[in-house]
Amino acid sequence: MSQSAPAVINPAQSEPPTRRFRGITNPLARFLIVRFILIFPTVFILVTMVFLLMRSIGDPITAALGDRLTAAQLAERISAAGYDRPLLVQYFEYLGQVFTGNFGTAITDGRPVSELLVTYGSATLELAFYAVLVALVVGIPLGMVAAYFRDKWPDAVLRVAAILAYATPVFFAGLLLKLVFAVWLKVLPVAGRASTRTELQLTSLDNKSGIYLIDAFRLGSPAAIGDVLSHAVLPGLALGLLTAGIFLRLVRTNVIGSLSMDYVDAARSRGVSEYRLVRKHAYKPALIPIITVIGLQIALLLGGAVLTETTFEWKGLGFKLVEYLGARDFVAVQGIVVLLAVIVALTNFIVDIIAAIIDPRVRY
Amino acid sequence: MTTTPSRFVAVWRKLPIVHQVRQSVGLQRGMLVAGLILTGIFLLTALFAPLLAPYGFSQLRDDEGSFGAQVPPGGQHILGTTVGGYDVLSRVIWGSRTALLVIVVAVALSIFAGVLLGLVSGYLGSWIDRVLVVISDAVYAFPTLLLAIVAAIAISGGQSSFWGGVFAAAVSITVVYIPQYFRVIRAETVRIKSEAYVESAKVIGSSTPRIMFRHVFRNATRTLPLIFTLNSSEAILTLAGLGFLGFGIEPSAAAEWGYDLNKSISDVTSGIWWTSLFPGLAIVLVVLGITLVGESLNDLADPRLRTRRRADQSAPVLETAALSTVDLDGDVNSIDPLEARS
Repeated sequence: MSQSAPAVINPAQSEPPTRRFRGITNPLARFLIVRFILIFPTVFILVTMVFLLMRSIGDPITAALGDRLTAAQLAERISAAGYDRPLLVQYFEYLGQVFTGNFGTAITDGRPVSELLVTYGSATLELAFYAVLVALVVGIPLGMVAAYFRDKWPDAVLRVAAILAYATPVFFAGLLLKLVFAVWLKVLPVAGRASTRTELQLTSLDNKSGIYLIDAFRLGSPAAIGDVLSHAVLPGLALGLLTAGIFLRLVRTNVIGSLSMDYVDAARSRGVSEYRLVRKHAYKPALIPIITVIGLQIALLLGGAVLTETTFEWKGLGFKLVEYLGARDFVAVQGIVVLLAVIVALTNFIVDIIAAIIDPRVRY
Repeated sequence: MTTTPSRFVAVWRKLPIVHQVRQSVGLQRGMLVAGLILTGIFLLTALFAPLLAPYGFSQLRDDEGSFGAQVPPGGQHILGTTVGGYDVLSRVIWGSRTALLVIVVAVALSIFAGVLLGLVSGYLGSWIDRVLVVISDAVYAFPTLLLAIVAAIAISGGQSSFWGGVFAAAVSITVVYIPQYFRVIRAETVRIKSEAYVESAKVIGSSTPRIMFRHVFRNATRTLPLIFTLNSSEAILTLAGLGFLGFGIEPSAAAEWGYDLNKSISDVTSGIWWTSLFPGLAIVLVVLGITLVGESLNDLADPRLRTRRRADQSAPVLETAALSTVDLDGDVNSIDPLEARS
């Protein structure tokens, strides 16, 4: 079906957006400019949607503090914050704020959301890093194995395993891992990013990066490094295995595609070993779609991180988001969601750049 | 006389699922049948929940007195009781009913909206098409769960009644999944509208709505059962995720697996395994069943992926999915059924 779809139906209608940038002759530069400009509508649409949805239930101050303040106090705070003005005015003001990097200030604890990014964003980044690491280490080799044994039993087992990884909610996987390794076997810690002792040591460091692993290395204490790593194993596995299933399927599909190419047959006839055929000849060209999809997984990782952080009390952006949700602090919720939208859009842009640099075909 | 199958058998063999089971071989058939069995069990459990469940989902006591909290499995409570004192088995069984209702409402709503928008956008083109594609791409790139949370806040702000909760969850899921139906239907529409029969219809003077709904719609919906199955499994996961974050339905209004898992986080730390294991397994088995069916249908719908009785192993696989989308540049992108999810 996808092959039979004609590339261009009606030239006027499917005119590529790049046409307006004909003046720029370097195709890579033109591609990058177009992609960069596309960030703005994406973020703009999400900000608008989130703003309208969140305001459809009334002003955030009543939602957060309605049961604690008197009507007069509420009215005073509402007018002080400007929530009594027309929605359109508030909307444009909010757009302007987002554009200048101001994502609002939490009602309940008065912290600016952009400050949360510095404090808690690093924790989420660290978790995402561990998860991607697990996903790559598990997903890519297994995907190659599945592709090589296409339609044989190893392929069947791995495909079912990948579907199982997809079917298991990340928080259920987290709870099971916790139960087995932390509660029954007692080999790994139950929750948190580090033990209290290590956390105290890490806070004493100046110029903290907020990424515990880096900070622990700078501290130079093997005990601290071990402690931080042991806390990372279970959350990293829970979130990573979910993504590993997707990587496995992706690598399998693309390696199957490149394994049937003529140059692979040519290499095989030259006596190249089967291992080398899969590892070098078939895998390398399959890498480009893999990089693109890994970039798209950032959205999945962020969604999964919210659940994983709640399961493991991993104090990152997602954990904070759930805390604010519980407190009905919708300004903070809106701020974090919009912030994540910006992060997703920027990551997709960076992935586009990487894909374009690696593969010239992407640019045209 | 015995060589030609009776009319009943002929009709039976053409029924949607039966046809696919007959078409499949080997491993593919195994996966499809396993998926169908799991899905069947899920549907039957949801339908007959009142008969199967030993207690009500919000029942805390019976004639012999209160159930007690965190009672281990065995005896009166085969799967134990939760921290809130509910019977785990009953809540797992009743939970299937909630899940089924949410899926049906959510998928029906998103198919309706997504198909309509996809048809209009793909067939009419022009600026409407561009705006809709940019919007759906923006929503598509965003974590589904976060968007569902925002939608859930807007709709209910933490709903508690049964139907209110079901609708809030369903509509939140709908908002997230419309772009997926939209993308697939639009891709099909863009492809179909250049077919000869559409041009012929134009030449004889058929009206635009007639072409859209009679000629294009009927041909564009062939992948719909496929997206339907795949989205149902995503809908269950999103519902469980929402429940886990506290946007589920209150325990007194209905049983919801994600909510029960959230309540079991602290149980796990103290070694109480039955409150999390069983609702979690229920989610895994249902999603596994529906996904296996969807996967098999996806493979069977694509002749290049269908395992033949004497499979031609050398055939190259360029695209791996029956599902694909066309973006504004006219590039065709295939969709991995499991790729997009929260």
